[in-house]
Amino acid sequence: MKKLRERAAELLSQGVVSLVLGYEEGTKRPRPLFCRNSVNAEKLIFDSRCIHNLAVYITKKELVGKERFAVTAPISTLRSIMQLFVENQLNEEKLLVLTVDLNGELREFTTFDEIAAYVAQFELKRGEREQELLSKIEGMTREERWKFWMEEMSHCFKCYACRSACPLCYCSKCVVEVNRPQWINPWPAPLANMEWHINRAMHMVGRCTACGACGDACPIGIPIDLITRKMMEDMAPEFGYIPGQPAKQGNALSTWKLDDREQFIR
Amino acid sequence: METKYISQSGIEQWFDAIVTSGKRVFAPVNSRGQVDFKPVKKLSEVADEYIQTTQSIKASVYPKAEVLFSYEKVNGKVNLTDFDPESVPETVLWKVHPCDAAGFKPLSAIFNWDTTDKLHNAHLAKTSVISFSCSAADESCFCTSVNGSPGNTAGSDIQLTMLPDGGAIVEILSPKGEALVALSPSVFVADKGEKKEKYLVDLPVRFNLEEVNAKLNKAFNSTVWKEQSERCLGCGACAFVCPTCACFDIQEDAHGSKGRRIRCWDACGFALFTLHTSGHNPREHQSQRWRQRILHKFFYMPERLSVVGCTGCGRCSRACPVDMNILEHITSIAKQ
Repeated sequence: MKKLRERAAELLSQGVVSLVLGYEEGTKRPRPLFCRNSVNAEKLIFDSRCIHNLAVYITKKELVGKERFAVTAPISTLRSIMQLFVENQLNEEKLLVLTVDLNGELREFTTFDEIAAYVAQFELKRGEREQELLSKIEGMTREERWKFWMEEMSHCFKCYACRSACPLCYCSKCVVEVNRPQWINPWPAPLANMEWHINRAMHMVGRCTACGACGDACPIGIPIDLITRKMMEDMAPEFGYIPGQPAKQGNALSTWKLDDREQFIR
Repeated sequence: METKYISQSGIEQWFDAIVTSGKRVFAPVNSRGQVDFKPVKKLSEVADEYIQTTQSIKASVYPKAEVLFSYEKVNGKVNLTDFDPESVPETVLWKVHPCDAAGFKPLSAIFNWDTTDKLHNAHLAKTSVISFSCSAADESCFCTSVNGSPGNTAGSDIQLTMLPDGGAIVEILSPKGEALVALSPSVFVADKGEKKEKYLVDLPVRFNLEEVNAKLNKAFNSTVWKEQSERCLGCGACAFVCPTCACFDIQEDAHGSKGRRIRCWDACGFALFTLHTSGHNPREHQSQRWRQRILHKFFYMPERLSVVGCTGCGRCSRACPVDMNILEHITSIAKQ
């Protein structure tokens, strides 16, 4: 942590970056910090409690500005940054990625390949919570699953915290806000909520890296992160992807191959 | 106002009498790891041991989505079915916190500031509020800083203060409260002279409201909005859990020759909220939207509606995914 603070202060005072996006102590747990000067670098922390996915901010130009900036990133954030690179949303020259490895050493990355090599050491695993809930859901019949999710979604009031917290929800106009035609009923109601969540999930297939930010952000505790996580787990082996390791060949559902083994696509 | 005593078994009898009377009863229920207001039939369903429900009681008088009117075109003639105030059932809100009950005043002030809102008023007229004073609070609570208190009776028809013997001090505060007592009059006995204050949580005042107001009067162009709002994600969690946020959108549920017009919750934190058809957005950045949220509650509403738009319930701070702690932010504005 000390090394991170020193390095952040150095980067800021030398003008290498204009902003270090990191974490500070919050009310109950760490929260995002926009550190713009070396004095504030003293507030930076980086430990296992730092779970906000700061990649959500790095596509917002009004926040990160035009200058080069740094972001502190645990593994889940690194995966999102890789995916944003895959989707051509980031500029390697503008971004400096800082992380602390398992030995407590400060690591710095500037390119997709450097991050990819580092992230490749870490297998994406289900945590205790995900394992418990997903195995319960996997054990349900199709009808039971539908009932479970309809009940969960009925509590949704469409605050869109899930969308706002997701680093990959960077569209300037979300499908739910398109009104000519109106694809999704915008008011909160059980079926209209399901429409939104199905749409959100569909837009995440092959892109979600299971950071869990959407589920963590939901103020009413709907485990929506499990939907996109499960879809990723199911999709990856079918298309030869490693879960949580975004690859430069593109997203499973937005690329195609001339020699695809499936007849229908040729 | 009259003060009575009710025993533990008296509370059970009274609750049953309210349910039996056919009124709809909403009370905090613990399910899915969250405590929120739900329809209940038995006292045993009501949650204990929590500080605050995730959502406020607002939805009972201002539903998340409500049909303003529906229409159908038949043979060139339009049949319009307006909202029917009689369709609203008699409702009792059980175990409301004083900060939620206090939210009815600012909410109604917004809904009635020019034309009177038929829907909201219909819900209010049919709603009776039984609040429970607070014996516990957490670090997000600050009712005492916004003209409230753990034993504030504003907005309540009856307030109970729970006693160690399982009974309660009963403050009967309005004719609606008297009507609820009349459902089971024998369980209400003479007040034992217990002081209510003894059972309330001690919640220190954290900022001076007038000082905040004076600072906000000059803060429109302050850099504080950008500084505070950088981490804000621009979702609607804070607005939707708030007991006083009243912003709404009007949507059309049209199906050929028939349809419904629906009023649904909206939030000033959304970029889309102020987006004009032309593409211009007067609140283009999140900092402007954050400013609007704070100024509306702590400056515009006191100025125009003579009521603070915040009851100190702390829900927005608890619900925020990135810890936009309103108490911390207001306190820092007061100190500037």
